[in-house]
Amino acid sequence: MRGGVRAGALGVLGEVLMTLGALVVLFVVWQVWWTDVSSDRAHAATVSTLEREFASGTGDPGSTSPTDGLPAGAFAIVRVPRFGADYARPLVEGTSAAELAEGLGHYDGTAGPGEVGNFAIAGHRTTYGKPLAQIDSLREGDRIVVETAAGWTVYAVSSHEIVRPSQWRSSHPSPETPEQRRPRPCSPSRPVTRASVRSGGG
Amino acid sequence: MYAALWRALPGPVALKAAAMIVLLALVVWACFEWVFPLVVQWLPYDDNTVTLPNLPSSPHHPDLQDLA
Repeated sequence: MRGGVRAGALGVLGEVLMTLGALVVLFVVWQVWWTDVSSDRAHAATVSTLEREFASGTGDPGSTSPTDGLPAGAFAIVRVPRFGADYARPLVEGTSAAELAEGLGHYDGTAGPGEVGNFAIAGHRTTYGKPLAQIDSLREGDRIVVETAAGWTVYAVSSHEIVRPSQWRSSHPSPETPEQRRPRPCSPSRPVTRASVRSGGG
Repeated sequence: MYAALWRALPGPVALKAAAMIVLLALVVWACFEWVFPLVVQWLPYDDNTVTLPNLPSSPHHPDLQDLA
């Protein structure tokens, strides 16, 4: 009888352990597959909402009210023809994990689109919609278009390099040189693409 | 554990199996919607964005040179 109880307890323990193992596998499925599905959906919804706001002129640059269905801080649409003619991703303020799930992230404290200074954005290359998965396909001169309620800013890719995660520097020390840098999470090495302003305005 | 659950489910085998599948789907859905997004905050894999140390206050003159 006592042996039966022990066997029963071991059986339950085995089932618990197998359940935990299955949950870990399920977590991996969620991370590498479902975050793409849900973020892609969220990005597309945010882009179409922003497009409507920009078109109607009701967009409030820099901030969005929580009632209009936009994630907090969504303020621009980034288009990169090299990534596809219909490529459009939202740009949100901040680069926390939660913010990067909502789109590309604008580094706090860096210049805004079209402003003089370094306009820096980050984005995932894997998972969460992987908006920058094709970053390595960018070539010199490729256009990066940033649309806000105020108008368009067009950047042209000038260089690309891979840096250490801890590395922050600029090849253009002059703050008068508008510049864009794109370090991204999701990998031990951080590709950085630089681009300079080509044109801007409403 | 699962054997007890199986016995607790009513009806013929087909109905029990259907109920098991529905329960499994509910568990997966709950994990995807709530559990994993909560758990991931405590895992380091998502928190690897390069951060800007000691950024000057003015966004128009971010001296990003050689901060590394």
